[in-house]
Amino acid sequence: MSRGRLRLLAVLAAFAAGCGAGPRSQEAVRLWGLGREGEVVDELLEPFRAEHPGLEVEVQQIPFTAAHEKLLTALIGDAAPDLAQVGNTWIPEFVVLDAVEPLDPWLERSSVIRREDYFGGVWETNIVDGRLYGVPWYVDTRVVFYRTDLLAAAGCEPFPRTWQGWLECMRRVKALPGGERFAILLPTDEWAQPVVLGLQQGATLLTEDGSRAAFSSPEFARAFDFYLQIFDERLAPALSTAQIGNVYQQFAEGRFAMYITGPWNMGEFRRRLPASALAVWGTAPLPAPGDDWPGVSLAGGASLVIFKSSARKAAAWQVVEYLSRPEVQLEFYRLSGDLPARVSPWSDPLLADDPQVAAFFTQLGRVQPMPRVAEWEQIATRIFERAEEAIQGSATNQQVLAGLDRDVDRFLAKRRWVRARAEGS
Amino acid sequence: MRGLHRGEARAGWLLAAPALLVIAAFFLLPVVAGFALSVTDFDIYAIGDPELVRFVGGANYRTLLSEPLFWKALKNTLYFVLLGVPATMGVALAAALGVTAGVTRLKPIFRTIYFAPVVTTLVAVAVVWRYLYHPRFGLINGVLGLAGVDPIAWLADPRWAMPAIVLLAVWKNFGYTMIIFVAGLQAIPEQLYEAARLDGASAWQRFRYITLPGLAPTTTFVAVITVIGYFQLFAEPYVMTSGGGPVNATLSVVLYMFKEGFRWWDIGYAAAVAFVLFWIVLAVTLLQTALRRRAER
Repeated sequence: MSRGRLRLLAVLAAFAAGCGAGPRSQEAVRLWGLGREGEVVDELLEPFRAEHPGLEVEVQQIPFTAAHEKLLTALIGDAAPDLAQVGNTWIPEFVVLDAVEPLDPWLERSSVIRREDYFGGVWETNIVDGRLYGVPWYVDTRVVFYRTDLLAAAGCEPFPRTWQGWLECMRRVKALPGGERFAILLPTDEWAQPVVLGLQQGATLLTEDGSRAAFSSPEFARAFDFYLQIFDERLAPALSTAQIGNVYQQFAEGRFAMYITGPWNMGEFRRRLPASALAVWGTAPLPAPGDDWPGVSLAGGASLVIFKSSARKAAAWQVVEYLSRPEVQLEFYRLSGDLPARVSPWSDPLLADDPQVAAFFTQLGRVQPMPRVAEWEQIATRIFERAEEAIQGSATNQQVLAGLDRDVDRFLAKRRWVRARAEGS
Repeated sequence: MRGLHRGEARAGWLLAAPALLVIAAFFLLPVVAGFALSVTDFDIYAIGDPELVRFVGGANYRTLLSEPLFWKALKNTLYFVLLGVPATMGVALAAALGVTAGVTRLKPIFRTIYFAPVVTTLVAVAVVWRYLYHPRFGLINGVLGLAGVDPIAWLADPRWAMPAIVLLAVWKNFGYTMIIFVAGLQAIPEQLYEAARLDGASAWQRFRYITLPGLAPTTTFVAVITVIGYFQLFAEPYVMTSGGGPVNATLSVVLYMFKEGFRWWDIGYAAAVAFVLFWIVLAVTLLQTALRRRAER
């Protein structure tokens, strides 16, 4: 045990050292970009550098998989950058750590960033307890990617707009001739699908103040039953992403006809599908349980935050403003394929004339943030872990949801105590 | 006289002091701190504001015992130990016999080859092994395919992921064990073999009645350190199956601790996991030595 412990300490120390070391000029504004965005943002900032010769911007690229850990370690080790790109579900955690600057005063004085020009649900994700902590940079949501030829063959055109129509369509796709086929792919290690269905039924997931779980609520239970019905009727395979293997190849071969996924897969589909399948895929906003199409989807994406520890907040805010300009947002889409968080760039032909992008625009008009609690990532992971028990049939739906409530209540115990304590004093 | 003794004692303590200080600072202190953490609810709130730490007594330990994921991790770890320890020791012993008995000039070469995986970086090795395990283009499935075996999704199939990790671990670690076995073999007097040969003992009889008993102390030592090492399985699944997948089939206890501690920042709870693992390893080690003593009697 001691060896393992020491090794972990060494890893921590290395993380901290890695974050603190390296050339760091006093003048430069330090920006952490994650993954692919970290690669393109340097190029994106070239005109900004020309505009502000006296202002240096230093971009550090952090791999996405390590980003969350690295940011937290940097914060604890007092080595945070001035500003960073963060997943918008991480913001509540940074607020708990008292690490991010409230942006309302900055926003008031800004002529570039206007709240009305952002998708409402996405803007909301940056507000914790009534204060704004981040500016949306790009957006992410879930829509249906589908095989137009298979759905046409099954008589599902136009794409169904209600759950009932959707379910019947899945059954018809499943019944199509031509070998073993599933109507839809819902990887069992993803939480977004059951959560989105729950939101569509009006489930709040947690109680309003985020202090307790509410997965046994009738709203979420209805959605969960629907989700499991799809597996019970074998319309979706009970497989995790890793077990599926190559999703693109399976989609091209028609092993499944629909897939609920996000914007990053537009680029992947275009790059990785063989020519035969390139012409036969489309996207559609999510169906709704009733007649209030489109159904709600999740408001994901990344935001730019400024850290409280920064000594150059004004300069950092200038960078945020620059990256939020409509024309820069459009250029960002051109370089990375990330969808603009602002609404105005969407009227450019580059986005407006792309039929596969259109579904995202419709969908983004109806998105909701996840519960804004620091424990959300942990809760989300537990949702699919528990749901899998129901999919495998080792527990009934009610048992699974009750178990999920128990687990999540435990995750939130500390939050309840902290809030009660704050109210007491 | 007494004064002289005391002087000697002082000199002894003085000479041992640097080592003792290092042990205290880097071993005792972390262990004590770890235990102290395990009875608190130190977490992300406490990182933000140190006033938000509570003493919770055994609550972390109680939660742990009722957490299915912990039991799953423990089961996976036991599976890895039960499969990996005999395999590693078996391969190591065979290799040790091979490099001891073989042609003299080639011995150092084979020892180097077998020992090389031990000193290579696991992350680099993992990249190569991921290619080997690739379901469609991997060498392993290619060879199995020649024998008519259907492709296996080694790292994606929950049934095969742990055996795949075991295979990698055996390959990576047997060289170290082999070296210890080689040393043990060299300690067995050559006269015994000569005498046995004169008495007409077969190769198997010589192995069974001279080599194995002669290696007994070495075997116990190797078994203890391999078991302790394998209970701490972490890096292999961390790099090979992106942290315990598929469906937590390769989630080990240490990996579970790492995730709870550094992904969800439940540091207190993670420390409790570490302590439970410590007690398990200690119990298994005591059991091993007790069994050994009984066998000697």
